[in-house]
Amino acid sequence: MTGQALIFYTFAAVAIFSALMVITVQNAVRAVLFLVLAFVATAGVWLLMEAEFLAIILVLVYVGAVMVLFLFVVMMLDFTGATQKGPLRYLRPSMLLGVGLALGVVFLLFTVIGPKQFTIMDYPSPAARGADYNDVAHLGMVMYTDYVLAFIAAGCLLLVAMVAAISLAYRGHRAKRQRPSDQVKVKASDRIRLVKMSPGSRG
Amino acid sequence: MITEQLFTLAWILVKILAILLPLVVVIAYTTFFERKVIGYMQVRIGPNRVGPRGFLQPWADVFKLLLKEIIVPSASNRFLFLLAPILALAPALAAWAVIPFDQQLVLANVNAGLLFLLAMTSLGVYGIVIAGWASNSKYAFLGALRSSAQIISYEIAMGIALIGVLMAAGSLNLTEIVMAQSGNLLSWYWLPLFPLFVVYWIAGVAETNRLPFDLAEGESEIVAGFHVEYAGGAFALFFLAEYANMILISVLTALLFFGGWLSPFQGIPVLEEAFAWVPGIAWLLLKSACFMFMYLWLRATFPRYRYDQVMRLGWKVFIPLTTFWIILVAVAVRLGVGPWF
Amino acid sequence: MLDFELRTIMPEIVILTTACLVLMVDVFMRVRQHNLPYRLTQIGLLFAAVLTFKSFGLGTEIILSGAFISDDLSHLLKLFIYLTTFVVLIYSHAYIRVRQILWGEYYCLTLFAVLGMMLLVSAQNILTLYLGLELLSLSLYAMVAMRRDSQMASEAAMKYFVMGALASGMLLYGFSLLYGITGTLDISTMAQVIASTPITDQLVLIFGLVFVVVGLAFKLGAAPFHMWIPDVYQGAPTSVVAFLSTAPKVAAFGMAIRLLVQALPALHPQWIDLLIVLAVLSIAIGNVVAIAQANIKRMLAYSTISHVGFLLLGLLAGNAAGYSAALFYVLTYSIMSLGAFGMVILLSKQGFEAENIDDFKGLNARSPWLAFIMLLLMFSLAGVPPTVGFYAKLAVIEAVLAVDHLVLALIAVFFAIIGAFYYLRVVKVMYFEAPEDASPITVSGGSRFAISLNGLAVLVLGIFPGALLAVCLAVLA
Repeated sequence: MTGQALIFYTFAAVAIFSALMVITVQNAVRAVLFLVLAFVATAGVWLLMEAEFLAIILVLVYVGAVMVLFLFVVMMLDFTGATQKGPLRYLRPSMLLGVGLALGVVFLLFTVIGPKQFTIMDYPSPAARGADYNDVAHLGMVMYTDYVLAFIAAGCLLLVAMVAAISLAYRGHRAKRQRPSDQVKVKASDRIRLVKMSPGSRG
Repeated sequence: MITEQLFTLAWILVKILAILLPLVVVIAYTTFFERKVIGYMQVRIGPNRVGPRGFLQPWADVFKLLLKEIIVPSASNRFLFLLAPILALAPALAAWAVIPFDQQLVLANVNAGLLFLLAMTSLGVYGIVIAGWASNSKYAFLGALRSSAQIISYEIAMGIALIGVLMAAGSLNLTEIVMAQSGNLLSWYWLPLFPLFVVYWIAGVAETNRLPFDLAEGESEIVAGFHVEYAGGAFALFFLAEYANMILISVLTALLFFGGWLSPFQGIPVLEEAFAWVPGIAWLLLKSACFMFMYLWLRATFPRYRYDQVMRLGWKVFIPLTTFWIILVAVAVRLGVGPWF
Repeated sequence: MLDFELRTIMPEIVILTTACLVLMVDVFMRVRQHNLPYRLTQIGLLFAAVLTFKSFGLGTEIILSGAFISDDLSHLLKLFIYLTTFVVLIYSHAYIRVRQILWGEYYCLTLFAVLGMMLLVSAQNILTLYLGLELLSLSLYAMVAMRRDSQMASEAAMKYFVMGALASGMLLYGFSLLYGITGTLDISTMAQVIASTPITDQLVLIFGLVFVVVGLAFKLGAAPFHMWIPDVYQGAPTSVVAFLSTAPKVAAFGMAIRLLVQALPALHPQWIDLLIVLAVLSIAIGNVVAIAQANIKRMLAYSTISHVGFLLLGLLAGNAAGYSAALFYVLTYSIMSLGAFGMVILLSKQGFEAENIDDFKGLNARSPWLAFIMLLLMFSLAGVPPTVGFYAKLAVIEAVLAVDHLVLALIAVFFAIIGAFYYLRVVKVMYFEAPEDASPITVSGGSRFAISLNGLAVLVLGIFPGALLAVCLAVLA
């Protein structure tokens, strides 16, 4: 049990540390890399919670695909301007108001949804599953029966996001286009004509 | 209690070594055979000086690389520069944890094995991207950009192709996927999932950055791409990662579409008994070796794809094709067609 | 069992299928100069309307493991969503075509927005509700941004997106607190659990309620969460604004009913206080600031804010009469707003947006009939009898008086009278000032017919409000 706790605290500490670094580090590429680390650590925590499928999907989708795209975009844009000053570069007198507001909200959160309302007794951890428990199958069953409407609606949401992104980025067909099917169909005889020339004749 | 746990840990380490050490040897000799095979295809002899018929050549290469200095460019990001090769190699090796070599012979028989593999292979790109960025070199940077776009594009097609496999097998567990193919040569998934097999194989070649998809390296355009600044041991790690990934893809193709360790003579009356003595792992290695040979064959045959054509192939050909086929597979699974579903 | 459930959710399936079909047709038809996406969209809407109409009065059904409810309230709201969308598309067909907005995607996004609204009004758990809301919002963000060459539209879309995301975050945070305390996503179960929670434990619930109400106010556009409305209305293409100000308001009313009345009836005393503040501020800010506007879209935006205030007045009465008055108000408002923005669309031409109040100068001289229709619509928005706007305001104020909120009723009447000024200014400009551009107005037959019906509906409903009011009472009983 202590071994598990040790692993949990390691992953949790890494997750929190890298999440903090994401917002304080000055180089955008390094911020994205810390975000990747935060995701990986979170996946580790999820594994401990026996949510293997979600943990792997987090690595596969977020770390393996979304963050690579992020990195791609950040590298392409190459923000060098932000690297000049320290993290306090946004400090303004008016920020005091924001800080005060934030402190107020934090205080409110502590008094309203502190341990008094959400005691650990009210939310016990679920019983551990056996090694042969297949959470992929279980998740699939729930998702395609009880939550099928939400599942389809979420699918529609993604489709809309795609349509929206394309319709906002689409600027009409470019003038210069290639048709690979035409390129494949080309034969040597279309491009080159071999002419018999007698050695003696001159143009 | 503690000693018991330590013993378990040590036993796991032994098993890991039992996979990794042969793997490294295989990688070393893969480079040797690559040079030999391509040599013969180009009517040359290939390396033949070190040892009998050149058989010690890989070791000469290994020692040469290890003894060379690792040069860190002065304007680079030193930490990330040195981290990148490790990030490239680690997932390539970690993926081997879930590969079953025989029905009982697997390090970790996890339920979501296929997903784990997909996740690990998708992580390899970080090594390349970070290497390209940390080098602070234009060529390396271009290589990193190309690689990230390419791997994202082909991962989708690869993932969809794998969905077809797991639908047919009804499991994400690699052992169960292989067992679901048992019967005979024709009940392996290459036949019902032929388009998915082709897409998977080509996407696998693209994911490993091998010719004709080696745009991240592209020695004729961007010198050596992402690892242009690397030398010595650090370079060797990239090399190791690339070949480990190639072998992984070959083994996976054999597992997912060609019945893994199942004998090709299964279900054929006389031959089945005649070859019953061959251990399953031998069949798996033989099948994988065929795909490794395909890698080399491709390299000797095809010129490099142009960048936009790589993207077109990935997005406009593979993704629609695989999507269409998994719909067909879904219908077939529903109807229970043939011996496969 | 499943067949039965599929039949209940058939209108949603029809809309989703139509949306996908429109997308496909648009991609694979080589010639992009055709009406097919428009026709398909309208047919899909009509078909769904017939299906929804047929299921009227079949009683309440909760299907798909408690995710979706089919009751008469949802049917009525859905019918008005189809109706307003249908008419908006008639008005905007020529508008978006002339402006070279990508129409395939436009109709597709419209349909997805309709689908989101349908899920929103039929939500029986807060997961469906949230997904429906996001489907609606995401489609609307994209539609607002669709004129990419216009800086105003991009700015509007950006503001709308940021504000909308903030509102969604608020709403979700509120939901998470509600879920944490009640342990359920289901709306009716949530109401039961809360009813049995002792008063002392309600602090978290109230905290969650505040976030939910704030999120709701953002989406409805009630003051002080109204900042995005004028900018979005001014910057977005008018056809999108016409859509934005009608059907989503109906859907947002459905959301408010599901959340406040059905999920949190036990917190009624608490949310009444919040709604009072929102209602008073909305009515005051909307009516007063509208006077200063020269742009008619901006003026109508502030008018929307004030109307949302009236809608909230009906809700805070907290009884069936109040809810049905609010429902009547939102339905009739959607018709009035439809007509007003429809008129702005119809007066616009290629390269010209009839955005300023001055563009309505001398409309009577150019087209007496359209001027008369606009007169009816403005009278109705102002609440002048015998138009329906008067009756809607009367019903709401009656409901408020019935629960002894005399001061609220007085404030509402006071600001409604102030508000009448800017509506009547439009009428004055139309009838008593000379046109700057005397060219006759060309409006296609279909649009002319639709806008005429729209204007007359305001009058007819005002003279005979009984039927619609009875329906409103019946569905909320």
